Amino acid sequence: MEVLDKLTILADGAKYDAACTSSGLDRRARAGGLGSTLPAGCCHSFSADGRCVTLLKVLMSNCCAYDCQYCVNRRSNDLPRATFTPRELCELTIGFYRRNYIEGLFLSSAVIKDPDYTTERMVETLSLLRRHYGFAGYIHAKAIPGADPLLTHRLGLLADRLSVNIELPSQKSLSLLAPDKDKEAILSPMAQIRDGIQTARQERARSRHAPSFAPAGQSTQMIVGATPESDRHILTLTQRLYEKYRLKRVFYSAYIPVSDSKLLPAPQTFRPPLLREHRLYQADWLLRFYHFRADELLDEDRPNFDPLVDPKCAWALRHLDFFPVDAQTADYEQLLRVPGIGVTSARRILTARRWGALTFEALKTLGVVLKRAQYFLTCGGKPLEGLRVSPDGVLRHLVAQERPMLARHEPEQLSLFEDQHGKEVSPYGRLDPGLLSV
Amino acid sequence: MADWTQVSYRYDGSFAGFLTCVYESYAHREAPACFLGSQDERLSLWPERTVATHPARARQVYRSLAAKLGRTGRQLVVYGFLTCLPERELHLWALLRLGYQEGPTAMERLTDSRVWTVRKAVGQLQGEAHLFKGFVRFSDYEGLLIGEISPKNRVLPLLRPHFCARYAGAPLVLHDRTHHEALFTRSGGKWAILPVEDFQTGPPGAEELAFRQMWRRFYDTVAIESRYNPRCRMTHMPKRFWGDMTEFQTEESAPSLPSAEGNKGTRLS
Repeated sequence: MEVLDKLTILADGAKYDAACTSSGLDRRARAGGLGSTLPAGCCHSFSADGRCVTLLKVLMSNCCAYDCQYCVNRRSNDLPRATFTPRELCELTIGFYRRNYIEGLFLSSAVIKDPDYTTERMVETLSLLRRHYGFAGYIHAKAIPGADPLLTHRLGLLADRLSVNIELPSQKSLSLLAPDKDKEAILSPMAQIRDGIQTARQERARSRHAPSFAPAGQSTQMIVGATPESDRHILTLTQRLYEKYRLKRVFYSAYIPVSDSKLLPAPQTFRPPLLREHRLYQADWLLRFYHFRADELLDEDRPNFDPLVDPKCAWALRHLDFFPVDAQTADYEQLLRVPGIGVTSARRILTARRWGALTFEALKTLGVVLKRAQYFLTCGGKPLEGLRVSPDGVLRHLVAQERPMLARHEPEQLSLFEDQHGKEVSPYGRLDPGLLSV
Repeated sequence: MADWTQVSYRYDGSFAGFLTCVYESYAHREAPACFLGSQDERLSLWPERTVATHPARARQVYRSLAAKLGRTGRQLVVYGFLTCLPERELHLWALLRLGYQEGPTAMERLTDSRVWTVRKAVGQLQGEAHLFKGFVRFSDYEGLLIGEISPKNRVLPLLRPHFCARYAGAPLVLHDRTHHEALFTRSGGKWAILPVEDFQTGPPGAEELAFRQMWRRFYDTVAIESRYNPRCRMTHMPKRFWGDMTEFQTEESAPSLPSAEGNKGTRLS
C-alpha cells in the first residue's frame, strides 16, 4: 500500500481526537538537529471544521483488537485497515515538519494484538524519530491503558506530552460501551504519568542532565453526548482530574455518530452537541484561569449549562448582588468575575488605573469590550451613561448579543425567548432539545 | 515644546535614519510635522530638512532609549518602526517625547493615546508574526527551504529567531512580497535580511510534489464533515493567508517558487 493511502486511512482514524496542541514547552534545535517548541504553541492551519491543525495527527495502526461501540476503529467495523512502519512515519513527520506544515507528531494507535505490543511499536517509532532523525519538535503520544508501566515510562521519556483518554465520563457508560476498558485501567496510567512527571521535575532541578519525562504534562479527552451524564457530572469530574491528576488540559469531543449500535443515539437523527461542547470548554476555561469552582457554575437544581448565555454570564445573572463591580477599585479576582472581562483586560485595567481615574471611554481605549461588561461595571461609582435596564432586561440584552454567535439557528429557534404570543419563556426552563445540538 | 518650529524631515527610511531625525529634532529644537522617505514625492507645507543617516548619532539615541523609556519603551519604539501604522514615525516621535519628559513609567499609561496607539500597532505586529510562525509554507529545493509571504507589517525580524531555532540555522529563504525584502539564513547561525528586487523560481522536484500532495490529503482528511464550520476557520485563519498556503493550492495554481539564482545582489555575506 502507498504511503498516501496509509496516511488517508490513519489520519481518518485519528481525526476524532480533539487534542491538537503544542504548548507548554520551550526548546531549541541542537546544531545539526531539527525542531523547536514554543511555549505558547503554534497553529499551522485550520481545517474546514475550524479546528486547529498543529500536529500530524495519525494512528500508528487502525487494526484494533477491541470493540468499543463509540469508536470508528472498532473490530466489528468494516473499514480499510493499515499500519505505518516506523520509518514511513518518521519520513513523513520530518518531511512535513521541514516544510513548516506541522509543529510535531501526535501519535495514537489502535490496540494491535495487546497494549504491550502496541506501546512497544510506538516506542520504537519515537526513538527512531528522536535519536536517528534528531527530531526536537513536539511529540504527543497516547498512552495505551493496560500497557506495562515500564513501557509507558519509556514512552514518556520520548514524548513531550502523554495522554490517556478517559473516553466516557462514568464507569457505567464505560462498561456498557467499552467492555474492554475499565476505569481503573485508565486511571492507573494517569497516576503513573503524574508521578513520573513530578519525579523527573525534581531530578531535573538537581541536575540538568536528568532525563525529562513528558515535560509538557498530560491531558485527557472525553466524549460528550453519547451517554446521559449531565454537564455538572462532567465538570466536577474535570475539576477532580485537574486537582488530583494535575492534568494540563481536559478535552471534550462532541459525539459524532460513527456506529449503528443500539446502545448509542441513532445516527440518522442525531446531531453532534457542538454547543454543549462549546459551553463545556468555556466552563473549563473558567476553572483554569478565572478561579471558578465547578459547584459555583452548576448545582443539583441546574445540572446543565444554559444554551442561551455563556457560563460566566449565567453565573453573574444568578449573583446580581455581587455586582456592580467598580473598575476603579475592584481587585483582580473581582474583575475576572465580570462577564466580558478576561485575563488580558483585567490586567490592563490594573495597570492603567495607577495613572488616573478610569472612565468608560478609557476602558474602550484599553480594548475592554463593554458589550456584556457594561451591565456589571461602574467607573468611579457611576454606571455607563444612558444605561437603564432592569435585571430582566439584562438577561434579554445578553441573550440578544449571544445570538449572532450561535449561528446556523433556524428562525423559529431565534424566537424561542419570546414566542409568537409575546409570552416570555424562561431561559432556565425547559429547553428545545434542538437548540442543544446547534 | 510650543516654541519648537515645525519642520518636515526627509530621511532614507531606515531605523538608524529615524533615530538620527530624533537627534536632529532635539539638537535644533524642531518638532517634526511629517516624515518623508527619500523616494517620497509628497510636498509639505512646512520647511523641509533632509537628514542624512548618521550611525554615531543614531546609536546615541538608541542607547538613551533603555534609560529614558525603559526596556518596554525601547521595544515599543523598535517594534513600532516595523508596523504598518500610518504616520508611524510621528507616533513614535510623540512616544519618545513623552518618555524623555516623564521617564519609563509613562509607558504604562495605557489610556494615554500616544502610548496606546503604538502599543496597539505593536500588538498587531506581534499577532501577525505569531500567525506567520505557523502559516508560512516552505518548499524544499534540494535542501534549500524557500517560502513566500505577504504580511501587512514587517514581520521578518520577528520571525527570524523562531526559524533559526527551528531549523538550527539550516539554509532557508523567506521572501516578504509586501516590503520587497527577504530573510536568508545559512548553517552556522549566520543570517541577513536584505532588499530583494526580483524573486523568481524553478519547478519543484518530485519529492516536493509528493509531500505537497500528502499534506493536502491530510488536511482534507482531518476535517470532520458533520462539524463543518467555515466561519470559524476564517476567524482563526483569515483568507489573506490562504494564497501562500500549500493546502489551498493545486499544482496548476501554485505560484512557482523562487530559485536561488533569482536573487541577484542578495547573496549571503
